[in-house]
Amino acid sequence: MNDIQSYLAVASILFSLGVFTVITRRNAIAILMGIELILNAANINFIAFNRFGGMERLDGHIFAIFVIVLAAAEAAVALAIIINLFKNIGTVDVDQAKELRG
Amino acid sequence: MDNNLIILSLFILFLPLLSFISLLIVGKRLGEKSHFIALSIIGLTFIFSAYIFYNIIIKHYHPVSVSIDWISSTSINIPLGIYIDGVTSIMLCVVSLISSLVHLYSTEYMKGDKRYTRYFAFLGLFTFSMNGIILADSLIMMYLFWELVGLSSFLLIGFWFEKDSAANASKKAFLTNRVGDIGMFIGMMIIFYHTKTFQLHAIPGLVSDMSSEILTCAGLLIFMGAVGKSAQFPLHIWLPDAMEGPTPVSALIHAATMVAAGVYMTIRIFAFLTVDALAVISVIGAITAMMAAIIAITRNDIKAVLAYSTISQLGYMIMGLGVGAYVAGFFHLVTHAMFKACLFLCSGSVIHAMHHSLHKLDDHDTNPQDMNNMGGLMYKMPITFACMLIATFAIAGVPLFSGFLSKDAILAGTLAYYHAHHGWTIIIPLAGFGAALITAFYMFRLIFLTFAGNPKNEKIHSNVHESPKAMTTPLIILSILSFAFIFTLPNINPLSDNGWFEHSLHETKLVDTHHHNLNINSEHPRLVIQHFDKNYNLNEVEHHIHDQHDQAMFLSLLVAFIGILLSSLFYFFNKFSIEKATYFMKKVGLFNLSRRKFYIDSIYNNIIYKPFLWFCSLASRLDWNIYDQTFIDSIGRRTLDLSDRSVKADYDWLDQKIVDGSARLVEYFNNKLKHTQSGIIQNYLMAGILGIVIIALLFQQI
Repeated sequence: MNDIQSYLAVASILFSLGVFTVITRRNAIAILMGIELILNAANINFIAFNRFGGMERLDGHIFAIFVIVLAAAEAAVALAIIINLFKNIGTVDVDQAKELRG
Repeated sequence: MDNNLIILSLFILFLPLLSFISLLIVGKRLGEKSHFIALSIIGLTFIFSAYIFYNIIIKHYHPVSVSIDWISSTSINIPLGIYIDGVTSIMLCVVSLISSLVHLYSTEYMKGDKRYTRYFAFLGLFTFSMNGIILADSLIMMYLFWELVGLSSFLLIGFWFEKDSAANASKKAFLTNRVGDIGMFIGMMIIFYHTKTFQLHAIPGLVSDMSSEILTCAGLLIFMGAVGKSAQFPLHIWLPDAMEGPTPVSALIHAATMVAAGVYMTIRIFAFLTVDALAVISVIGAITAMMAAIIAITRNDIKAVLAYSTISQLGYMIMGLGVGAYVAGFFHLVTHAMFKACLFLCSGSVIHAMHHSLHKLDDHDTNPQDMNNMGGLMYKMPITFACMLIATFAIAGVPLFSGFLSKDAILAGTLAYYHAHHGWTIIIPLAGFGAALITAFYMFRLIFLTFAGNPKNEKIHSNVHESPKAMTTPLIILSILSFAFIFTLPNINPLSDNGWFEHSLHETKLVDTHHHNLNINSEHPRLVIQHFDKNYNLNEVEHHIHDQHDQAMFLSLLVAFIGILLSSLFYFFNKFSIEKATYFMKKVGLFNLSRRKFYIDSIYNNIIYKPFLWFCSLASRLDWNIYDQTFIDSIGRRTLDLSDRSVKADYDWLDQKIVDGSARLVEYFNNKLKHTQSGIIQNYLMAGILGIVIIALLFQQI
């Protein structure tokens, strides 16, 4: 378990699952969860490259923390949007949110 | 004094123009009162003319002239100027006097006409142009006013243009005059080409270098202007038609003044007319005098008789000039202006009365000018009758009256001419005396038919009344001026023309040569003409004329007496039957010759108008059928065809295929591609990821 491939494999599986979730799910909360998966896949990559990429400093770690913070902020904003969406149209199905469609 | 006369003459020239312009501007507002302007202005003009007359003729003041540069360049210099001598002052007086009287007469005659103001405006324009001709010192200035006179004549003949006959008559007058004027212009230009001047008093001294053939041609061409304006054969046809204008206009323009302008102009150019040219002029005058007199016999329209008599008398004047008796010609011009204006105004008075009578009877078919509807008007219109009788005596050449003196002088001239040349020139005195006989005959025929005998129509006759004072006053004045003593004062011997008129034109002794003016050859002022041809001795001609005086007087008295006698036997005493005479004349062929006006109108109709109209219609057919229909229209059809094709090409190919095709292509793709724009984010994401995957795969390949 000391080579980078395993980490990258986990991260890409996680990313693929996230993308799959984002593409296939209609529920906004589920899509948000998919996005979290993608972000976390990215985080794993950051950490992995920091660990195995020959870097002296903790750049990857710091980036991971930033991403986590951003994810939290993003989740907060997204959840607020979703709540408003639910208030307005009574559902969190993204397909129903088509008022801005041309 | 010179300046006074010049300024006055400028007033005389431009005041009538002022009357014309002011009547055009304010005339509508003045309406029936507009004659005040015209009458006061023309009255003023007459007073000024009389002043000039007094100074030049009575006081024997020397001729004055002034000129300004009009066109000047290094090579040519054309001045416009004024020249006043005895002839000018007499003419000014005649024109302004008759013009004033006609204005006065017209206030009554034209009363109620809907274009009352315009009538007086036109009279003003005419007087202005006529004064211009009289005062002109150069051919070119004379020509300018010559055309203006033609214009005002045109306007006044066609004054009642609603009538087709009046409109046509005005056109005929204008066009016939143009024929003469073209000749006049060419002649002027020939003279100018050779002498480089238009100045009338300078030309005779400069033409001696010209070959006599060219000078004869030039003189005759200028004389053509007079042939047109003074209605000489063969351009006399317009004058009888011109009677369509109002009668006062006929009196002023077509009897007394404008038609005399041709004679006046011939006097002015007399000094450089060659002997050959003068011979032609005398023959034209003789033909005109005789022919018009013959035509006048068979006219029934009172104005037509007077019109032909005018032509005949103008022929006399021209004939007088041709034979060298230019003083007699001018004398006859003046006396004729008085008695013919009187005759016309009298006929106007009769027509006016007839018209009112017919109007009262509600009769619109009877011709008020036809003498066959008159008769016996003597007691109904005593003043008109008396005046007309006096004027008729004058024109017939009865002693005591002015016509006798002037006609006698011309006839003496023709006799002298025959005695000097013999041969064919016998026709000139023959025509002169013949025309004098016929004149006496037809003028008394007019008097008898109109005023004497029994009324032809009792109803009309009973409603005829004497004309109002505004009309009879001019008649009385003009009839007084038809007496001989007016022209021979202080001498009152009725058989001698020795008087102020002769003196003013002959006398040179009294002229003060120290006062000579710049441009004037003061040795030969007034009408004493220094002929350019030294062989043509005018003094000798004068002398011959004087020798023939008694013979001419005897003969002219005789023919006048015969004419009046014949006329009274036919029309007053009814001793001879008119029907029989007519029948006899018809047999001889003279009746129809006179009745049909020597066939001149129909000759013109056949040899000029008809071929011309045929040519016009040919040209029109060529233009319409060949040029228009075939050529132009075929271009049109080709263009139409071409545009048809291009429209088709445009529509079928460009529009339908290319433009619409591209639109359809876009629409097709639109239809296909619009499904990709689902608006569902996941789809886009899916597509994006697919793209990344594909790119990744591609990079892997590389």
